[in-house]
Amino acid sequence: MTGPGAPAPYAPGTHPDLPPPVRTTGVVGWARQNLFSSPFNVVLTLLGVWFLASVIPPMAEWALVKSIWTAESRAECWGKMAVPEEAACWAFIKGRLSLFVYGFYPVEERWRVDLSFVLLVFAIVPVLYDRLPGRRHWFWYVAAFPFLAGWLLVGGFGLAPVETDQFGGFMLTLIIGVTGISFSLPIGIALALGRTSSMPVLRILCVLFIEFIRGVPLIALLFVASTMLNYFLPPGTSFDLLMRVLIMVTLFASAYIAEVVRGGLQGVPKGQAEAADSLGLSYWKAQRLIVLPQALKISIPGIVNTFIGLYKDTTLVLIIGMLDPLGIGRASLADAVWAGLAREVYLFIAVFFFVCCFGMSRYSLYLERKLDTGRESEK
Amino acid sequence: MAAVPIEDRGLLARLWGNQETRSVIVQIATMAIVFALLALVLRNVAINLEAIGKEFSFDFLTAPAAYDITFSPFIDYTSRDTHFTAAAVGILNTLLVAVCGIAAASVLGVTMGILRLSRNWLVNRIVYVFLEFTRNVPVLLHILLVHGIVVTTLPPPRRAIDLGGTAFVSNRGFFAPSPVFEEGSGIVAAVFVIAVVAALAFRRWAKRVQVETGKIYSVFWICTAIIGGATAVAFLALGAPLSWDLPALKGFNFQGGLALRPEFLALWLALSYYTACFIAEIVRAGILAVSHGQTEAAYALGLRPNRNLQLVVLPQALRIIVPPLVSQYLNLTKNSSLAIAIGYMDIVATIGGISLMQTGKEMETMLIVLGVYLVFSLLISAFMNWFNRSIRYKER
Amino acid sequence: MATASDTAGPRSGAPAVNTSETIISIEGMHKWFGQFHVLKDINLDVKRGERIVICGPSGSGKSTLIRCINRLEEHQQGSIVVEGTELTGNLKNIEIIRSEVGMVFQSFNLFPHLTVLENCTLALVWVRKMPRAKAQEIAMGYLERVRIPEQAEKYPGQLSGGQQQRVAIARSLCMNPRIMLFDEPTSALDPEMIKEVLDVMVELAESGMTMLVVTHEMGFATAVAHRVIFMDAGEIIEQNEPSEFFNHPRHERTKLFLSQILSH
Ligand SMILES: Nc1ncnc2c1ncn2[C@@H]1O[C@H](COP(=O)(O)OP(=O)(O)O)[C@@H](O)[C@H]1O
Ligand SMILES: [Mg+2]
Repeated sequence: MTGPGAPAPYAPGTHPDLPPPVRTTGVVGWARQNLFSSPFNVVLTLLGVWFLASVIPPMAEWALVKSIWTAESRAECWGKMAVPEEAACWAFIKGRLSLFVYGFYPVEERWRVDLSFVLLVFAIVPVLYDRLPGRRHWFWYVAAFPFLAGWLLVGGFGLAPVETDQFGGFMLTLIIGVTGISFSLPIGIALALGRTSSMPVLRILCVLFIEFIRGVPLIALLFVASTMLNYFLPPGTSFDLLMRVLIMVTLFASAYIAEVVRGGLQGVPKGQAEAADSLGLSYWKAQRLIVLPQALKISIPGIVNTFIGLYKDTTLVLIIGMLDPLGIGRASLADAVWAGLAREVYLFIAVFFFVCCFGMSRYSLYLERKLDTGRESEK
Repeated sequence: MAAVPIEDRGLLARLWGNQETRSVIVQIATMAIVFALLALVLRNVAINLEAIGKEFSFDFLTAPAAYDITFSPFIDYTSRDTHFTAAAVGILNTLLVAVCGIAAASVLGVTMGILRLSRNWLVNRIVYVFLEFTRNVPVLLHILLVHGIVVTTLPPPRRAIDLGGTAFVSNRGFFAPSPVFEEGSGIVAAVFVIAVVAALAFRRWAKRVQVETGKIYSVFWICTAIIGGATAVAFLALGAPLSWDLPALKGFNFQGGLALRPEFLALWLALSYYTACFIAEIVRAGILAVSHGQTEAAYALGLRPNRNLQLVVLPQALRIIVPPLVSQYLNLTKNSSLAIAIGYMDIVATIGGISLMQTGKEMETMLIVLGVYLVFSLLISAFMNWFNRSIRYKER
Repeated sequence: MATASDTAGPRSGAPAVNTSETIISIEGMHKWFGQFHVLKDINLDVKRGERIVICGPSGSGKSTLIRCINRLEEHQQGSIVVEGTELTGNLKNIEIIRSEVGMVFQSFNLFPHLTVLENCTLALVWVRKMPRAKAQEIAMGYLERVRIPEQAEKYPGQLSGGQQQRVAIARSLCMNPRIMLFDEPTSALDPEMIKEVLDVMVELAESGMTMLVVTHEMGFATAVAHRVIFMDAGEIIEQNEPSEFFNHPRHERTKLFLSQILSH
């Protein structure tokens, strides 16, 4: 029974690949499947279109089309608009860009910050990109980088000293973020190994530490750092607030890393450690060569999520009076000449964080895909 | 091996060579170090306190706090009350914003998670962009942004945005009618409770009927009808014993009605939508983690999509969803401590903020704050442990 | 009673189908995945009680073909009629057909959160709306037929692969289907478990069930199939009764395929 339009009969095995019927392909087919597959979906699509139409044009107008890029004060800025407040006043951000980047770091010394940033880029590339030639030699440089950067930023030994309370802006975010990220990973791994160790004393200590840190908000710990920590130190000594914050942020993140890595360790089959044992490897060798690489591979998404959380949490230091970008933004908003531009400030800072954090999460996806090849065969 | 036999070495080397004794030595050493550190810290604390003439005591809790708390919906607090009462107000405020936030975040998060699973490309993309942007921006920024929008861009009370003449939005917050319960509303409440009990009883009965005869009632709709119907009938029969206290503009602000102050509003909204974005991902991942084969098997048996969801997908997905979901609830509670940035008086802002400043009791107040959060977390982890144990699949 | 030797040794062929009633009728059916033409002009009539084995290289569209029969996949051209009901977008028809057609998957797809017994009674209770006791009675009957009544209270995770697949067969049979579809039911199993599942399937065949089986177990095909269908690149290349099919394949591709699987 061949209906009209049925294809001519072919000998078995000679049927060509035909294109699918028009209604299932092209723009129409695509829209039919992805936008209008049911009455409910039609409603959803219309709602979505309405939402976009009512949100995107005004936002684009506010942020780009009608925005003002040069002005000396808010009054001048709004004066340049057809209707005051109808658009963004980016002149404000532009005028304070260096404040947002360097905080109150002395102007004539800012080359040191720039140099540290360039050095940081060179330190990060070999960590992230494993096909770099001579990657092994880079690691000496990577290990030396924190000290190099610390010296450049703080000064001494031939450089003019800069007080850490002059640090601020994106530079401060990067300092806290990079320090926290690089030190919390090893500490977190050590805590995870302690928590899974067979020695009860070690195990209990690690559990207490991890659960305590995870049970309280970071802001409470920062308060502890800023108000209480000095009581713990020998009389007469005190150390830098930034240093205390760095330690707290690192400890905070390492407790979370520890839990992620512990999850990874539990995901490694027991047979792996037993096999290592039977090869005569010591505990440390077995962990380093066999168990940890597999556990870390499983934990990558969790670790990167923790890093992203840490990076975002660096903003909390504004509450104890440090001037991260958000702190600078708040301080700027208090300036009578410019007050009232909250949206511009927050949007600007939000974009900065979005770029950094979204970048990190994309990188973790890339890593996962790259490392996943070994597990493909199990499926 | 060519190494020296163990019994030929010195005593220490022998102890170190033996795995068990080595473990004991390591543990004793660790304990010694920890206790030494602890002792050192305590000694430092004692010396430092003595040097500035302070002593460690919680006596200040019974002294008058002497500061105002602008937001205390549960306790009648005045500045003559004690620091202890102030702490209680703070804890209740933390709990209030946490509970409201968890409710809103759950509803919003589940909705967005389901929309992310939808086959509608447009809606899927819109939600995706919103999720990615929100999740990758610090929650503190969201809180400040929402607070900034409420305080600086909304009109003052005199020009408040009017929502149908009964609710108002202004830079002093959100004002809505609050219900006033009149005589007879107690009976309506009682009828409501009875209806709920009746609905639960119906559910049990329907379950038994299904077991015995196979007949399936649409339990959800019938229960809704029982509860809604009975309550409505009682409400109307008693002459609608409910009136509304409408907010009204008096002087510079609205009086009466239910007032949500900008601090609470900003904190609640920002925490809710921020956490909702994480919940959405958890819900989506949980449902996707149930393999498609399960749904295919259910369809092949003739189950309809809604029954497949109810009987096959959700029971499995919930096991994956609940643990990270609860940890998000805990995160929301901990993030509510950022209240201090916009002046919402939670536990950190009251006892850990103003009380600390006024009494100079850094150690004591911080210990209270840490203790309160630890109690929250321990309760939640206890629940999680119980939950995880009760849902584990039986395997060989 | 079927034994292993039934499935291993070739037989002169299964008894002829005793009716001429067509239960599945596929005409000019095409299916695409996106731009990819998976099924090309499929024409296939299945008689009541007929047992068909489908074989062919991996990726040739065997699974897709049988999944189209209970609408786990949607075809785009041509028609599929099952028990007089045509498969279209009509949800009512799909439901009717799905409760007439049982399906067994390569990966078992048992519900891990339900016991073996609950797996079997789920559809009876919620689709057939049966009292629980009656559903359990039926389920126990089929669990006995697949020889694992003693596992009824266990969870799928506590069973071996072969046992799980037998539960999956019992679960489908509980709905009393007219047609059973099997998609490589033994290819995820260890050799010693394959036999226990094939034994159950042979028994099922002897009870007169209409069966479409995707499998490469040639012993099974020779023993129970009325017809063997060879598919390649989305087309039915050749079909014949088992002895003819294996001894005198007509098409070059069939010969190549048979030489490959028989050389193991
Ligand atoms: N859901 C799908 N989307 C896209 N392509 C698919 C899908 N399912 C199967 N295919 C493709 O269709 C072809 C036939 O698949 P299948 O019917 O599973 O083959 P067989 O069962 O014969 O091994 C394969 O090339 C496979 O990659
Ligand atoms: Mg297949």
